[in-house]
Amino acid sequence: MTTPSRYWREIPQRYRLEANKCKKCGFVFFPPRLICSQCQNRKFEETKLAEKGKVLTFTIIRVPPQQFVDQAPYAVGIVELDDGVKLTGQIVDCDFEDLKIGKRVKIEFRKIFAEGEAGILCYGYKFVPE
Amino acid sequence: MEGIVGYGAYIPRNRIKVEEIAKVWGADAPSYKRGLMLEEKSVPSPDQDTITMSVEAAKNALMRCLINPKEIGAVYIGSESHPYAVKPSGTVLAEALGATPEVHTADLEFACKAGTEGMYVVLNLVKSGDIKYGLAVGADTSQGAPGDALEYSAAAGAAAFIFGRENVIATTLETYSYTTDTPDFWRREYQYYPQHGGRFTGDPAYFKHVVGAAKGIMDKVGMKPSDFDYVTFHQPNGKFPFRVGKMLGFEKKQIETGWLVNKLGNTYSGSSPLGLTAILDVAKPGDKVLIVSYGSGAGSDAFIFEVTERMDKARDLAPKTRELLDNNKCYLEYGEYAKYRQKIKKAT
Ligand SMILES: [Zn+2]
Repeated sequence: MTTPSRYWREIPQRYRLEANKCKKCGFVFFPPRLICSQCQNRKFEETKLAEKGKVLTFTIIRVPPQQFVDQAPYAVGIVELDDGVKLTGQIVDCDFEDLKIGKRVKIEFRKIFAEGEAGILCYGYKFVPE
Repeated sequence: MEGIVGYGAYIPRNRIKVEEIAKVWGADAPSYKRGLMLEEKSVPSPDQDTITMSVEAAKNALMRCLINPKEIGAVYIGSESHPYAVKPSGTVLAEALGATPEVHTADLEFACKAGTEGMYVVLNLVKSGDIKYGLAVGADTSQGAPGDALEYSAAAGAAAFIFGRENVIATTLETYSYTTDTPDFWRREYQYYPQHGGRFTGDPAYFKHVVGAAKGIMDKVGMKPSDFDYVTFHQPNGKFPFRVGKMLGFEKKQIETGWLVNKLGNTYSGSSPLGLTAILDVAKPGDKVLIVSYGSGAGSDAFIFEVTERMDKARDLAPKTRELLDNNKCYLEYGEYAKYRQKIKKAT
């Protein structure tokens, strides 16, 4: 169960893909971090993830967690964005036969799940074919 | 002068053909296709709604003007399918664009004309000098009851317009609104599907208001139909826009560019605004464009735009409306469509 407060805290990442980039070594963190895991530097600049990339790997989920039951079967993949960041997300609007490693995809704003019949609607990024 | 600085469209990929719907209800597909001039309509994916389509259309509008989203002072979504009964769709849109927190936001409703209502309000906020930029979106994921005539046309799509004073790509020359109390179409609280007045939806409703607004705005500026390069009217079906155009003295070729309904369906609040985006995609500097919306209940908003030199720089920065309409389509069978639109639900 996602509480509204947890969902709300993640809005900058879920909606706007806000990340931070280490000023010393250039590593990009999503979600942003306070200390660089690569070089222990503490100075960052704000950045946004690239909105296009290619599928590194994927799987088809047939037995999903409760909130996603109505969506099964669906694809989840790791995508290498054009800025080099690897991001996990659902891949939608794509027949499973057309889903291949290396396929170009882009990010679209979608409903991730609805919290039951009366709870909040959770929005965020998914991948669709470019 | 004030006007549009950026515009964007969004159309979901799924389509269902008139034949596929007619087959299920034992209706005569050829007579629907002839009578309403409809071939297929767009259908949103299960994870798409007015909010998600508004975000995509607005991002396309931002790509065409490259402004800082923090300078957007007002965000309005006009729709009759806001996902929440209480919680404004515009809050999600403003947040997704990064326009928060210094922004005025409201959801608007007026059947199919809610999109142009937002345009009217942001344009006048820009004119007053109160805001630098304002965003208006018309978006809907409309539903017709299964088997109802509306099921053949009720579709999904969104169009977004950013208004401002500098770097305008289409200057607003005039606006005009025409409204009466006409009960041609409605939906009461807690009802899932709307009701409509059948044939009553024609003459005293659509035609009276669209003609009233079109004549009103042309009188106001002293222009006649032949002074326009393009015109787009609300498109509840394929026939009405051509019929009302003929009544007013417009030619077919002025209407065709923004006429998307045969392949798109009626996108309600997105209908005439999407027609306008298709026109802006091809219009040349100096071209004059008339848009007249229609919302049941009933009213019409009219705008006259003149395309500027800057359009040639903006046009190719985001996907064009006809590309969204014609490419990447995925055809659904009625069963999938019924599931996507939650006309049927899985056992829990
Ligand atoms: Zn570092």
